[in-house]
Amino acid sequence: MNDLLNQLQYPTDPGLVLRKRNTIRKLLLETGEKRVQKKIAILGGSTTHDIREILNLCLLYNGIEAEFYECEYNQYYEEVMFNNEELKNFHPDIVWFHTSYRNILHTPDVRDTREEVEKKYEAEIRRFQEIWEKCLEELGCTIIQNNFECPFYRLLGNKDASDIHGLTNYIQRLNAAFYEYAQSHENLHIHDLNYVAADYGLSRWHDLSAWYLYKYCCRIEAIPFLAHSVARIIKSLYGKNKKGFVLDMDNTLWGGVVGDDGVQNLEIGSETAAAQAYQEFQQYLKAHQGLGVLLNINSKNDRENALAGLAHPEGVLRQEDFITIKANWNPKSQNMVEIAQELNLLPESLVFVDDNPAEREIVQTQVPHACVAPISCPENYIREIDRAGFFEVTSFSQDDLARTQMYKANAQRVQAAQSFGNYEDYLRSLDMKAEIKPFSAVYMARIAQLTNKSNQFNLTTKRYTWAEIEAVAADPNCITLYGKLTDKFGDNGVVSVMIGRQEKDALHIELFLMSCRVLKRGMEQAMMDELVRRAKEQGITQIRGYYYRTAKNGMVADLYRTFGFTLAETRGDDTVWNLDTKNYKNLQSIITIEH
Amino acid sequence: MNRDEIYAKLTEIFKENLDLDEIELTDETTADDVEGWDSLAHIGLIAAIEQEFGFRFAMKEVVNLHNVGEMVDLILQKIG
Repeated sequence: MNDLLNQLQYPTDPGLVLRKRNTIRKLLLETGEKRVQKKIAILGGSTTHDIREILNLCLLYNGIEAEFYECEYNQYYEEVMFNNEELKNFHPDIVWFHTSYRNILHTPDVRDTREEVEKKYEAEIRRFQEIWEKCLEELGCTIIQNNFECPFYRLLGNKDASDIHGLTNYIQRLNAAFYEYAQSHENLHIHDLNYVAADYGLSRWHDLSAWYLYKYCCRIEAIPFLAHSVARIIKSLYGKNKKGFVLDMDNTLWGGVVGDDGVQNLEIGSETAAAQAYQEFQQYLKAHQGLGVLLNINSKNDRENALAGLAHPEGVLRQEDFITIKANWNPKSQNMVEIAQELNLLPESLVFVDDNPAEREIVQTQVPHACVAPISCPENYIREIDRAGFFEVTSFSQDDLARTQMYKANAQRVQAAQSFGNYEDYLRSLDMKAEIKPFSAVYMARIAQLTNKSNQFNLTTKRYTWAEIEAVAADPNCITLYGKLTDKFGDNGVVSVMIGRQEKDALHIELFLMSCRVLKRGMEQAMMDELVRRAKEQGITQIRGYYYRTAKNGMVADLYRTFGFTLAETRGDDTVWNLDTKNYKNLQSIITIEH
Repeated sequence: MNRDEIYAKLTEIFKENLDLDEIELTDETTADDVEGWDSLAHIGLIAAIEQEFGFRFAMKEVVNLHNVGEMVDLILQKIG
């Protein structure tokens, strides 16, 4: 079953997708997955019916349930230009103009003067601009426009490409005009039909009997590639791109096993054919950083060996290129889930890359909805990953890069700290703002997650389910607080959580935790200030703090003392602390608090 | 190969391509009689038949097929 669905990641067996399309649709709909609903109008210059069916499968696979509108055969221009009520009432989110070189109306003739060719060229461009502008103005939708593929014959032979009378030359000029329009209109996306056709092979792509018999612009067997290619754009537009790579090391990033062979014997660099393949693959991965794709390691290795491998002089990827490095002997499925948690992402938004089919199988079967790249041998890694389109780019906006920015910002903060002689000056320079408020619905999931993953700065290490967090939030006897910290480098999100339970005039702190990445920024003090302020409002005079020692939370053993609490009781390794609220003075003044 | 053998092979090809558990083909069967035998399925069937029997249909031949019986006749003629 997975084999069948994985065909939608990339259709390696297009015939299978075509034959089994009904089975595949049933399988996809059976999952009961929640999908976003979108309306897509396919306005074609050739037959679209079966393309729509396969496109539908590709979108379902990517979490999008589309309702389709199709125009009559080759009516893409008329449907838009002549006030079609049906199309308007459909309210499409996307209009896809599925046109091909067959739809070019004004083609050059060898007897044309330069001016005549130019006139035709301008008329052709105008025709397309008319429908785009009408769509943008009246339908307010996003446009996907095919560029033109190379024709299947060349009247002028090689000169067809370079002479203004050549159709090939004309097509490339039209395409260039399309791109120029796309560059100044962010709601118009070019679907690179030209690349899809070339990649498939032009001779095979142009199947004239499919054109004469059924008016398909391409060979039937190529339809899955065409549909997959358009689906890439659509899923990217609706936020369904993957967010990062999770990479194996041995025989994935380099040839050989670093722990057995030693760093000096790894294959990477320019010495051997395999070494070159691994080096280019590393370059390919590294280039993804510019797109905001997060790189992570999931490797069965001792950590020092893993790091030594990343320090290979011929290597491209370095330790600092990775957000998370899991080099241990745990099951890779477990590492995969932990990496996702640490990045605050769903496991399915990460692409697992491993040369070992057994490891791929474990991740595929143990991690629900895991995305596993089907790689074979190093010379094919790039092609196999690239064709799937996991990280299809539809815009280069700041938002898309924000995620990597958040992680990169941490590194910048460390650098900034070094340039200040005085730590307090440094903190002031961060321009920190915190939102410290009672639990609210939007943050429940994140709060529950924090209670389950915070180990170091966690006074009681009490774990809560989502439902329990909601119950506490609704309990009138509880004071709940979440802390969200922003600074000039970026938004850290919700980083701290407190739960206090009132009994008469005393408040017992059942939970106090903070993410270590904002340690020593004044956030822990700000949380306590806010807790005391709210406690006083409710007439609470005593606050009780509890420290339960675990293997990991030694760093906060003395926290309450530093906050002005006095030791009330010692029970083995655990301690109980007391604070009289009327003597409390606010601990911090650097962060601007919104409460 | 005789008609019965061709029918046996065709039945398998139809089942695979149309995603059906059972199908009864006769000389008179047309696309209208079979669930899922639409244009795309038809193209898939033609391609599968070409692969199975090792020849290519000419465009003219595809256009002139009206039922399964004619298809069997054509296959017999092409492999004969």
